[in-house]
Amino acid sequence: MSSKAPGAVNAPAVDEPPELIRAIPLPHYGRWATVAVLVVLAAMAVHGLVTNENYHWDLVFPMLFTYEIGRAIGWTLILTVAAMTIGIILAVTLAVMRRSANPVMRAVATFYIWFFRGTPIYTQLIFWGLIGVLYPRLSLGIPFGPEFFSFRTYDVFTAGVSAILGLGLNEAAYLAEIVRSGLGSVDKGQEEAAQALGMRPRSILFRIVLPQAMRVIVPPTGNETISMLKTTSLVTAVPFTLELTKVATDYGSQTLLPIPFLVVAGIWYLVITSILMFFQSKLEAYYGRGDSTTPGRLSLRGRRRQRTSRQAAINAAHTTPAATAAEWTP
Amino acid sequence: MAMVEVHDVHKFYGDLHVLKGVSLHVERGQVCTILGPSGSGKSTLLRCVNVLEEIQSGSITVDGTLMGYAKDDHGRLHELRPRQLAAQRSRIGMVFQRFNLFPHMSALGNVMAAPVRVAGRPKEEAKEQAMELLERVGLADRAHHFPAQLSGGQQQRVAIARALAMEPDLMLFDEPTSALDPELVGEVLAVMQDLAASGMTMMVVTHEMGFAREVSDVAVFMDEGVIVESGSPAELFDNPQQDRTREFLQKVLSHTE
Repeated sequence: MSSKAPGAVNAPAVDEPPELIRAIPLPHYGRWATVAVLVVLAAMAVHGLVTNENYHWDLVFPMLFTYEIGRAIGWTLILTVAAMTIGIILAVTLAVMRRSANPVMRAVATFYIWFFRGTPIYTQLIFWGLIGVLYPRLSLGIPFGPEFFSFRTYDVFTAGVSAILGLGLNEAAYLAEIVRSGLGSVDKGQEEAAQALGMRPRSILFRIVLPQAMRVIVPPTGNETISMLKTTSLVTAVPFTLELTKVATDYGSQTLLPIPFLVVAGIWYLVITSILMFFQSKLEAYYGRGDSTTPGRLSLRGRRRQRTSRQAAINAAHTTPAATAAEWTP
Repeated sequence: MAMVEVHDVHKFYGDLHVLKGVSLHVERGQVCTILGPSGSGKSTLLRCVNVLEEIQSGSITVDGTLMGYAKDDHGRLHELRPRQLAAQRSRIGMVFQRFNLFPHMSALGNVMAAPVRVAGRPKEEAKEQAMELLERVGLADRAHHFPAQLSGGQQQRVAIARALAMEPDLMLFDEPTSALDPELVGEVLAVMQDLAASGMTMMVVTHEMGFAREVSDVAVFMDEGVIVESGSPAELFDNPQQDRTREFLQKVLSHTE
């Protein structure tokens, strides 16, 4: 250790490695205390679960894998996927309408979102169930003029169709706001550059803006999907009776043992949610939430890998903000 | 006929009067540099030429076409449809201060985008032309890189190639080197100089006094929304007639030289 003038350049040390710092780590007494408390609490909870006979664990495990429960899970998944599909397609349409220069389009979209977000989903589902009572026959034609064709409402709006439409149309209102915030997050310069090249609005939306907005849109949409999985339990309001919660409670009332069947349903919701969460975290990593991929700091192999990922290139270009996604929890 | 004819153009942002009666013309094949302090309206003027901004009074024609409006037989102006606007813009190339390359497309994809999407050219043909353009800006070996993998200077050169892909009659440059590290400015200016030498009509908003002096045919000095003075670069730089021009040049030149 020699004293040097400020700003003096060190002679390159050749052989001697630098002396490494060996500091004594901070003690974390608080952590150990917390662990001790949690272990006691967890033991109490487990003890309560195992020894309480009212849970009927002897019934729960065989019921987990019965055909009826399996079919109910299938219906729940169908409702979730179908409703989300309708929701996403409609949401993109609504979001584009809300950003339109056409005031009529904007008003229609705003009204739609106001209406479907402003009424409870449960009430909406009851209405979808009653649509055949409100309108026994539906027909297509000119108002006060000729009718082209008509049908009995309940022939088309079966319980399943009503449930999917009810969930999907409601979801679209929420997703539309997510899509809108995504479209709005893309750097304005992107649209201008496309305009300057002579691209038309439709091309600009689908080729330039939307691909970049996905980074903001996709993670919260994963969140909405998980939420939808459990919202499907409300379709008993239609009434649609084949999904998981309804099937489980029906068994419960038949056998006069509601609790083990609800536990069965709860376990399956947790399993599916866990799988969805796994994919959601993959999606979020892919779309670069909190992204740290700055080009130039990557290894050669990293660079080569990055070149193959279009999304990595979007993330690195910072044309959309990072981590806006986390704010979307309905 | 002049390539660009700007006649008594006024532009307002709300109450803010940004352009206060600007008139300017650029002949075919000329390079016109627009100088001035920030907030003088020079970028706005450029953006009005390809209708990224609407003007509230006056007229702009490019190669004889009235920009942004259609005039009927009675001399009334009609707004244009989006696709008509797009068609007008496709004949003018623009290069932005912050490049604005499409980050999800490779350099090649960026250059091919407009020929394929706007002009409807077959992909193979567009690719061949795009490679030629990338060659011209010295980046053929970077064709498959994404923008985020390129330096600022390389990105801006790709942006120039992209703008050239539609074979424009006019190129607009909006402070093309202002966002670049100093050591990268030269490569972009060199490409622009080549382009000028090839006979392209160019309007360039810039703070690069050396470029303005050597490459441009006309230099325009703007301040507070009006053209204070214009002329050949020799006249403007060596013998400015207006105090404001003189002050500006003194500040800028003492800083750079």
